[in-house]
Amino acid sequence: MSIIVTSETRVLVQGITGEFGGRHTKLSLDYGTKIVAGVTPGKGGQFFEHGTHKVPIFNTAKEAIAITGATVSAVFVPPPFAADAILEGVDAGLDLIVAITEGIPVRHMVQVKRAMLGRKTRLIGPNCPGIVTPGTGKDSVGGCRIGIAPGYIHKKGHVGVVSRSGTLTYEAVYQLTSNGIGQSTCVGIGGDPVNGTSHLDVIKMFNDDPETWGIIVIGEIGGNAEVEAARWIKANCKKPVAGFIAGATAPAGRRMGHAGAIVGGADDTAAAKIAAFKECGIEVAVTPSDMADALIRAAKAKGVKLA
Amino acid sequence: MNIHEYQAKELFEKFGVAIPRGISARTMAEFEPALSALAADGPIIVKSQIHAGGRGKGTFTDGFKGGVKFAKTKAEALEFANRMFNNTLVTAQTGPAGRKVHAIYFTEACDIKKEYYLAILLDRASSRPVIVASTEGGVEIEKVAHETPEKIFKVIVDPAIGLMGYHARELAFKLGLKGDEFKNCVKLIIALYKMYWKTDASMVEVNPLITTPTGKVLALDAKVSFDDNALFRRPEILALRDLNEEDPKEIEASKYNLSYIALDGNIACLVNGAGLAMSTMDIIKYYGGSPANFLDVGGGASKDQVQAAFKIILTDPNVKGILVNIFGGIMDCNTVATGVVAAARDLGLKIPLVVRLEGNNVAAGKKTLSESGLTIHSADTMADAAQKIVKLVA
Repeated sequence: MSIIVTSETRVLVQGITGEFGGRHTKLSLDYGTKIVAGVTPGKGGQFFEHGTHKVPIFNTAKEAIAITGATVSAVFVPPPFAADAILEGVDAGLDLIVAITEGIPVRHMVQVKRAMLGRKTRLIGPNCPGIVTPGTGKDSVGGCRIGIAPGYIHKKGHVGVVSRSGTLTYEAVYQLTSNGIGQSTCVGIGGDPVNGTSHLDVIKMFNDDPETWGIIVIGEIGGNAEVEAARWIKANCKKPVAGFIAGATAPAGRRMGHAGAIVGGADDTAAAKIAAFKECGIEVAVTPSDMADALIRAAKAKGVKLA
Repeated sequence: MNIHEYQAKELFEKFGVAIPRGISARTMAEFEPALSALAADGPIIVKSQIHAGGRGKGTFTDGFKGGVKFAKTKAEALEFANRMFNNTLVTAQTGPAGRKVHAIYFTEACDIKKEYYLAILLDRASSRPVIVASTEGGVEIEKVAHETPEKIFKVIVDPAIGLMGYHARELAFKLGLKGDEFKNCVKLIIALYKMYWKTDASMVEVNPLITTPTGKVLALDAKVSFDDNALFRRPEILALRDLNEEDPKEIEASKYNLSYIALDGNIACLVNGAGLAMSTMDIIKYYGGSPANFLDVGGGASKDQVQAAFKIILTDPNVKGILVNIFGGIMDCNTVATGVVAAARDLGLKIPLVVRLEGNNVAAGKKTLSESGLTIHSADTMADAAQKIVKLVA
């Protein structure tokens, strides 16, 4: 099994006719993901074509869902219009929205999160690489790839990866796959200060998933979501967990690329988060090259198999 | 994006946040007219305008002490302003190089009854705005939070409804205010929240907020920053950007959509992805080196961007070596390799260059590097790359 999405998940793409959305829709189709619809207001009735695929485009998310049975959306809409697209998907009753868009005003996301209260839709992102549940084919083809992650570096297996950063997730996945260790699901929760799904939300799902045997948690400076997750792990999670925190050398008060990656007080520094990880029994990767090895150490200590 | 105190105060005035009377001057010729517009007699505070805290305790590079001075007369205020203007102020937050003062803010000094703290920012845990107030003003709020957390009061605002009167009243009561002070404080909190929300501010900090013997409540200082993601819809805020306060390399980088931040070390890095860029700096440090910058070329770096990145990196005279770390998930490693070779050749690169490529089309990328005829050190992992560049610049 996997968490959140499976190879059967039916996906619609908001912003499918844009350059960015189109390029990644093609890669997802090649990966075997069931992209069943596109939504671009004003382009309803047209088709998104790629090889033998012919994906129908609709004017509204509601229409796309009614006709294709999509339950999940990938949002590639430009920043000024992304909040609108997310809320359209929420109102249309989607189970999950994965917002890839980078640069959405924080105020928009504050309002989106408030509007999503009490609704069934889960939001992942924004400003995230998306989610991958690897498939069983060559280079993990046949899985579900929603977003912009390179599908081919994955391998179907039993390690869950959750991260705020795209390229660091790829780094961890690549190290695992190179070691012959596959992944159940890899989730990029995004680098913005206001996001839909937290480290802890994902870790709880990994903990409940019998097919996930070990977990890699990748965090960075800013906020205290990693510390919150670490405390929960200490109290509730028996599975081996490895962690890495980026930004030990970041100067205080400067935004390091990600809108959320800024050191405010003493508690959101890399050092404070690493200390919390250690205190909570998480095996800390000393460098980003050590992420897979750290999980292997943690698994060995608990006598747990990872593959 | 940060702005100067005088710009923040102008916004305060526009939104009805009470402040002591003040006037800014951006040339020496403006000093006298500015001073004559203030009250005829009474002391004046002369404030250097730079984007860094700790101004009052700062020292100028010519030895003049204090970036914020109390002047008993207008003549004295003029003298202080002349000493500060175009002078370089070093504070605990500027680093040893300091910042050049391009503007002076004159305010009428007022009698202070008591100092408080007031700020509005994003509460990340609830994803909502939070108003923070404290009876301990004029000191570092982190210190108060650590030592006497019971003296800090918070109100979280529901963004669907906005700030209500009872929110502001609750805070004013907790600060122990009564009568006119209470009424004026409530008014100020409501105005400040309006400004925070309407300008897409990330943080508005008033430290100190003061009460006066006549019952006024005034924002004595102002520190305001804005959400970069929202600047596209706030042209009036973007117009407040002061390029003098930014590193020229960072300005150049932003033209190419590169995210660059200058640091103090001597190993430059060029990386794709913010998380990977941060951890590349970390791993350089881990192996005993010192990173010269943060540089994220983004997910789809082009040849032009890579070349621009190299140019920017090399304008930093401290740089003694370069580490390129690319995980080409979707990005073609060969595109990056071609950009690296072209840049190294065009710029006649003389310092060591270590390149770590992984991912999409990596074999072709490595071939491009090795057949370039240039001295480019190839590395397989981040650890390998960091160790190599640290050794080469040692």
